[in-house]
Amino acid sequence: MSSLAMKKRMRRLPFILLISGLVTIAGLPSTPAAAQTSEWQQINVPPLPPFHPQEPKRLVLPNGMVIFLQEDHELPLIDGVARIRGGSRSEPAARAGLVDIYGEVWRTGGTKTQTGDQLDDYLEIRAAKVETSGNADSTSISWSCLKGDFDDVFKIFAELLHDPEFREDKLDLTQKEYFDAISRRNDDVDSIAGREATKLAYGAHNPYARVPEYRTVAAVTRQDLIDWHHTYVHPNNIILGIVGDFDAGAMEAKLRQAFGAWPKGPAAKEEKVDFQPAKPGYYQVEKEDVNQSSINMVGLGIRRDNPDYYAVRVFNEAFGSGFSSRLMQSIRTAKGLAYHVGGGIGSAFDHPGVLRLSMGTKSATTVESILALDEQIDDLAKHPISEAEIKRAKDSILNGFVFNLDSPEKILRERMAYEFYGYPADYLDKFRAGVEKVTLADVTRAASKYLHKDQLAVLVVGHSSEFDKPLSSLGLVTNIDITIPPPPGPPEAPAKPAQ
Amino acid sequence: MKYRVLKSLTMIVAFSALATAQDLASFQKRITVKKLDNGLTVIICERPEAPVFSFDTHVDVGSVQDPMGQTGMAHMFEHMAFKGTDKIGTTDYAAEKTALAKVEQAYAAYIEERDKSVGRNDQKLKELQKAWQDAIAEAQKYVKPNEFPQILESNGAEGLNANTSLDETAYHYSLPQNRLELWAYLESTRFIHPVMREFYKERNVVIEERRMRTDSNPIGRLLEQFVTAAYQAHPYHRPTIGWMADLNSFSATDAQHFFDQYYIPSNMVVAVVGEVKAAEAMPVIEKYFGQIPSHERPDERTTTEPPQNSERRVVLYDRAQPLYLEGYHRPDYRSPDDAVYDAIADLMSNGRTSRLYRALVRDKKIAADSAGFTGLPGIKYPHLFAFYAFPLPGHKPEEMAEAIHSEIERLKNEDISDEELKMIRTRAKANLLRGLSSNEGLASELALYQARYDDWRELFHQVDNLDKVSKADIRRIANQTFVPTNRTVGIIENVAPARAAGQNGGGQ
Repeated sequence: MSSLAMKKRMRRLPFILLISGLVTIAGLPSTPAAAQTSEWQQINVPPLPPFHPQEPKRLVLPNGMVIFLQEDHELPLIDGVARIRGGSRSEPAARAGLVDIYGEVWRTGGTKTQTGDQLDDYLEIRAAKVETSGNADSTSISWSCLKGDFDDVFKIFAELLHDPEFREDKLDLTQKEYFDAISRRNDDVDSIAGREATKLAYGAHNPYARVPEYRTVAAVTRQDLIDWHHTYVHPNNIILGIVGDFDAGAMEAKLRQAFGAWPKGPAAKEEKVDFQPAKPGYYQVEKEDVNQSSINMVGLGIRRDNPDYYAVRVFNEAFGSGFSSRLMQSIRTAKGLAYHVGGGIGSAFDHPGVLRLSMGTKSATTVESILALDEQIDDLAKHPISEAEIKRAKDSILNGFVFNLDSPEKILRERMAYEFYGYPADYLDKFRAGVEKVTLADVTRAASKYLHKDQLAVLVVGHSSEFDKPLSSLGLVTNIDITIPPPPGPPEAPAKPAQ
Repeated sequence: MKYRVLKSLTMIVAFSALATAQDLASFQKRITVKKLDNGLTVIICERPEAPVFSFDTHVDVGSVQDPMGQTGMAHMFEHMAFKGTDKIGTTDYAAEKTALAKVEQAYAAYIEERDKSVGRNDQKLKELQKAWQDAIAEAQKYVKPNEFPQILESNGAEGLNANTSLDETAYHYSLPQNRLELWAYLESTRFIHPVMREFYKERNVVIEERRMRTDSNPIGRLLEQFVTAAYQAHPYHRPTIGWMADLNSFSATDAQHFFDQYYIPSNMVVAVVGEVKAAEAMPVIEKYFGQIPSHERPDERTTTEPPQNSERRVVLYDRAQPLYLEGYHRPDYRSPDDAVYDAIADLMSNGRTSRLYRALVRDKKIAADSAGFTGLPGIKYPHLFAFYAFPLPGHKPEEMAEAIHSEIERLKNEDISDEELKMIRTRAKANLLRGLSSNEGLASELALYQARYDDWRELFHQVDNLDKVSKADIRRIANQTFVPTNRTVGIIENVAPARAAGQNGGGQ
């Protein structure tokens, strides 16, 4: 997670004092059901009627641009997004943050003919949006507008795609905001824990884990943004998806008109990424202004095309996800040690996910909680996930399966992801069939193959002098220094706290 | 990560020149409202897009109703509503009931001794604590932990959760369409016969929630102090999560009492949205929800916050980076000027054309972000209109105050432009309708408006109210509200730690 993205999240302050109640819980082998059926079991659940959601129409322009059109006439809106190959995992380490900045200035820097501020005025009066963003493996540009404004808004979308200006003043503004995000990155325990745990799982220099610094952000120039755009924004690197109140035939004609003559460019190159998990053991970040420790146990997860993926998903559901999971049952419900606890063997489409078990507990039960997590992992060998737990996990995934398909936009989003990562178009069907076939033996094997207590890096962010026992009572502890490296040179010294 | 690309799509769904009258008409055709004999209101909205439905049970009870010395109770009960009933979550309810009564006796004895200011006997306290813990262990023998949420998860429930605020408590999730009757049973039964099992362990869970959201989070720390300072008389000064001392004191008996008093059908609105047919679903819903017993409404009188006549300031000297926040008292949501405050919030805060963004972020380059918003800490009673800014490195909270105040002066002294007024009106439609494109959003809005106005149609009328807001209204309200004596200020001042955070450095 880049710090700019982090900052954007942070901006949405929890100013509305809603307290969400329960998040997740888990499954101890439950007591044998009473002989009589309970009231709730007597309620008839008829079969779900067959449901064949509408698939988007896929077309490929001669220049390689892939387009998905998904009609949805419920509301008079048309939304679209172009996802472009190439993201922050491909940016030079010395300019970490480049793609985040690109993702902002692409829009705010305007086009050849209009400044970003002019675009703001033009769009806001129509309650329309055109936005850009940078991600780990791609960048994107999206719009949302009322049907009647489509031509006006699409024109801006296309201009930004072809002729962005990346004006210097907006680069400067974005860098300032980025400096601010860097200065605030140690304020919140969870953002420290998330960031440092990912570094432990992937290696500190891994492009999915590395963290932009003042100097890398300051190093980004307007020319870098222009070069990035010219390197990656070619039709053959783009997947465009549109959903809303339009006629697919007419839209196709418009798109062919708009993009048909755009020549192919060089394909985005595949990144070779190294994953070097930290050596197992204990890692500590000192944070004195908290009364709760954030605990993360991490290792390398799997790719989603791994044949074990279905078994892993069932295992995760039973072990660490939801109220029925073992972690929730034992650590939250039975022991009352945590509000948040959960995790599992993580996965990603084209690289290993992060295996992560995490929880928050009061400082005085930090070591007790680590031991409780350990005990749950150990217990898997003695009491493997049972048939009953597997049934519950599969029921949960399969009965909830329809929620993958309950809006045309969700279906479009899934299809675009499969296209982007080279997964089959019917991947969701394969997923369902795969989960249905998972057996107890599969789950036991997956758990013993991927989850090993002694291979995990255990990170604790907390106030160590209030722990029940020193972390070192568990093993060798490495202290992680999260002091933010100061910016280079004297001119603006953004790291200096305001006093 | 992989979904981030399109996430922006859903986030920026916007509408403009929609004829709201037409929308209202279309909704009117699809919505059925019924007030059951026991006083509970049911709203069904047919939206047959996919074979699923979402619901929202809105209970008009929040932490404003927390009894004295029991702050956090409304939220605590919300957690307990997931613990099952006399039939779910137990192996033998009769025996469990007896065991739970013993837990309460033992806890009362323990608390009595613990809270003695004179003559507390520590040895006796230890024994009483052990007796209480033993009673808990005994009662635990009959528990089937988490059976209630387990049933829901096995049936494919999505988004199983609830939330509590000062104003209200809402419960929600989604299920496949064929589980409607199962849902009606489960959702009604937890409000007919909830059981306060595993109460004291769940209380520890809630205490961890407090540590996470408030104690260990700088913005949480500031907000708690800020709201507490802004309200001296009205219960809005309470934190929803509860004060730590209260969390460590209140009992399962207290929770049961709270439920008995406030969870009455006339305080509840249940909205169901999705692939449901009202003609078939209403009788099913009535069969189950109609059984929630009714009794007289409790006395819900609260005091009125007296006018503030002096500025109040809360300064948090903290390790965290600085933040500036200020709030002004305004009337409750039924005020005829409610829409004027909404207009001001939109003008000041919405998007890159907003006044605060342009002034503090774009032009003065002193803040990373700045906005104004209404509804802190609730809306049901007179509340606050607040402004905030995150200073850029090197800038001080005082500069934020100055810049925000000069934007407020503009509001007071100059009419806003025609373009701005048009933008506000167009976006009002967008914001209003944004929530209507999903079952969950729609269920929550319908239930809320039905509860707040006794008429879900008010959801659509809000746009008309905004259309009537004039330039003069905005000046009038700004002059009336944003005055120094009506102001509470909250600041995070960054103080450097006494020593460097890490020692040996270098994780890997």
